[in-house]
Amino acid sequence: MGDLLGLVLKRLGLGLVSLLVVSILIFFAVELLPGDIAQAVLGQSATEETVQALREQLGLDRPAPIRYLDWLAGAVTGDFGVSLVSGERVSDAISDRFVNTLFLACYAAVIAVPVAIFLGILVALLRNTIFDRVVNVLTLTSISSPEFFLGYILILYLAVKASMFPAIASLSADMSFGELLHRTFLPALTLVLVVTAHMMRMTRAAIINLLSSPYIEMARLKGMPPFKVIVQHALPNAWAPIINVVALNLAYLITGVVLVEVVFVYPGVGQLLVDAVSKRDFPIVQACCLIFAATFILLNLAADVGTILTNPRLRHPK
Amino acid sequence: MTKRNQMQIDLLADAARQCKISRRNFMHHSIAAGLTAVSATGLWTSSALAQPKSGGTLRVAQHDGNTADTHDIGVYQSNFDIGLVHTHRSFLTMINSDGSLGPDLATEWEATPDATEWTFRLNSSATFHNGNPVTANDVIASMNYHRGEESTSAAKALLAGVTDIRDNGDSITFVLESGNADLPWLMTDYHLAVVPANPDGTADWQSGIGSGPYRIVELDFGTGARLVRHDGWHGEGAYFDEIEMLVINDPNARQTALVTGDVDTASLLENKTLGLLGRNPDIVVENVASAQAITMPMHVDTEPFNVPEVRQALKLAINRDELIEKITFGAATVGNDFHHSPAMPYWPEDIEQRQYDPDQAKSLLASVGMEGLTVNFSTADSITTGAVDAAVLYAEQAKAAGININVVREPNDGYWSDVWLVKPWCMVTWGARPTPDVMYSLAYQEGAAWNESRWVNPRFNELLQRAKSELDDSLRAEMYREMAVLSRDDGGTVIPYFPNFIYARRSNVERGENLSPAWQMDGYRYASRWWFA
Repeated sequence: MGDLLGLVLKRLGLGLVSLLVVSILIFFAVELLPGDIAQAVLGQSATEETVQALREQLGLDRPAPIRYLDWLAGAVTGDFGVSLVSGERVSDAISDRFVNTLFLACYAAVIAVPVAIFLGILVALLRNTIFDRVVNVLTLTSISSPEFFLGYILILYLAVKASMFPAIASLSADMSFGELLHRTFLPALTLVLVVTAHMMRMTRAAIINLLSSPYIEMARLKGMPPFKVIVQHALPNAWAPIINVVALNLAYLITGVVLVEVVFVYPGVGQLLVDAVSKRDFPIVQACCLIFAATFILLNLAADVGTILTNPRLRHPK
Repeated sequence: MTKRNQMQIDLLADAARQCKISRRNFMHHSIAAGLTAVSATGLWTSSALAQPKSGGTLRVAQHDGNTADTHDIGVYQSNFDIGLVHTHRSFLTMINSDGSLGPDLATEWEATPDATEWTFRLNSSATFHNGNPVTANDVIASMNYHRGEESTSAAKALLAGVTDIRDNGDSITFVLESGNADLPWLMTDYHLAVVPANPDGTADWQSGIGSGPYRIVELDFGTGARLVRHDGWHGEGAYFDEIEMLVINDPNARQTALVTGDVDTASLLENKTLGLLGRNPDIVVENVASAQAITMPMHVDTEPFNVPEVRQALKLAINRDELIEKITFGAATVGNDFHHSPAMPYWPEDIEQRQYDPDQAKSLLASVGMEGLTVNFSTADSITTGAVDAAVLYAEQAKAAGININVVREPNDGYWSDVWLVKPWCMVTWGARPTPDVMYSLAYQEGAAWNESRWVNPRFNELLQRAKSELDDSLRAEMYREMAVLSRDDGGTVIPYFPNFIYARRSNVERGENLSPAWQMDGYRYASRWWFA
């Protein structure tokens, strides 16, 4: 177990280095975008004079590396600065929306992960039957359609025609938990449809891969029923790739949902990032991207730890 | 009266109640159905002008809201900001539903004969949401926020001619560099909202305190706002108890929310779905002529646009009717190459409409030896619905005149800094401006920062200056007519059409007889003007 702790610490250290690199890339990527915040804020009504004045106010007349180091000095002490557009603290601007994003991601994950793995086991068991084909076609269709399209289809049938769920999420603070689940069901369902196929297909492939192994044949020969063979013998050895795919999809649920947010009017962090990029509001862009990067790093780490925990051989390296 | 006629009249009364029919059409049809003019008028009054009722929460789906929106009156830009400011703050004057100018915080105003000094008398009953009265001091602090060296306000240019603002206690006086007969109209600009003054004389825009019909209770930029009626409001109307503004940037989502009844009214709908929406009996679509414009300015100091015949030919090579029909689905008013829409005051109605005439365009080009002209035309998706399609269609139409228009699709991002005023010919969208003087001074005057076609015409500039300080309406109208002809025939801007404002409400939401042409949603004054049936 000591090795595992060492590994986690080492990976966290490397993660911090990655975050630093990401922050540099983001900063200069924002710098490379045409136009700057002064022009973006003043938009069509900008004049040379007002743009210049706004640049001076925001300190944009200083060289880029110095502005980056300034930001970095603050970030190291946990101060991510203030939004250049609204003057609001970045942490305040992001926190509520990030909680919303996390909620929606969890909601979708709680449905999608068990469903995907269960379906994966089921289609592995019933491989090459009509059921397998139908489930594959359906999930692949849903992953191949753009999210907004799935969203519109769900809205059309479940909101407009059947009136079972509201078409827009419109959260408010005084909602009960049940109401919250009801109002956000359609966006969560859209995300479920988007991520299920990937996880299900990986579960199926990983299990089928193992089915030709001698120990599975042994299990079969001793008269075990097929479902038990898969769950008790094949699945434990198949966890590693499944966990990795699940981690990737969880990360996607947090970072890739801006279209779903737009279609269902859900106040998440994706919309914030898009607005901030279009206004060149660097502190917000930076903070959002670092959160996304950290999400990927942590989930990948969790996947590795999970893989090690499910595989005794990796726990005791020679 | 036959039964059939009676049925027709009932239908008409229904239509009038839901504001689906104009007064003129109503009179026309009801007289045709057998009513006398007098009883038709009576029916119109009793059905259409039903007494507004108080109460209810109006839920609004608002387009163009961003997390980067702000209370800062100097950098208002999004439609959410503009919708909000008309709901929670006040201005000195306002554009009425019928397009005329009316009082807001100022009860009356008058000018010296040369229009260099304007005095606005303030409404003594006006209060801010924190209970403080609105004083001359507050108005002056708000105006000064846009003035001076340090100011970064987008309205700085608008008030550049103001040299001093005097506090007379119950009124204020603007002292201008040169006469400006339009100053009361300028006061309706959405940046010129009145905010409370700080003790040190600066403007307090940060607190979000206004003196408008509704007070903000909750606000999250990019998500929405909830407002309740301000009981001490100085104006008439404000029938709803509460307003809930919901930012819905996706046009489909706005439309769905309206159809499912999740909201009561929605701003900016897509033209292509108008027909379908209009068939839904629960929904009333509004299609209001506006002073917004799509312009195509050519830099007249750059080849080949420095040749007047080239400009003329390009103006003749566009089929405006086809563009309006195919790109806007009929939701636009035809342009005539002068930036003065029928929704603005002083509109000259007797100027001949320029028609699509590729043959004349061809011969004009031949007369200067420029047959087979090839020009680049920059556009971007974000300018207006179907902007790129419109450019491509124009290019097709121009082929008949032997003109090759290369449509250059520019990125949406940075269009206003990298393409507009930079590329020699591009497509531009203009928001509505209240008067022709404002429009011409901004974008057609010699030396104006946004003179997008770089057009300089001495006679035009002279008329512009003279019209500015002319207080006689008929003389002014005459000058604007001549200016319109000059920019139509010599100017460097093709104006295909003025897009209409398209928005919709559920049929249980009622409105007055007219809708203001100033902005979307009754000049964004829906909160104080509409009511629930």
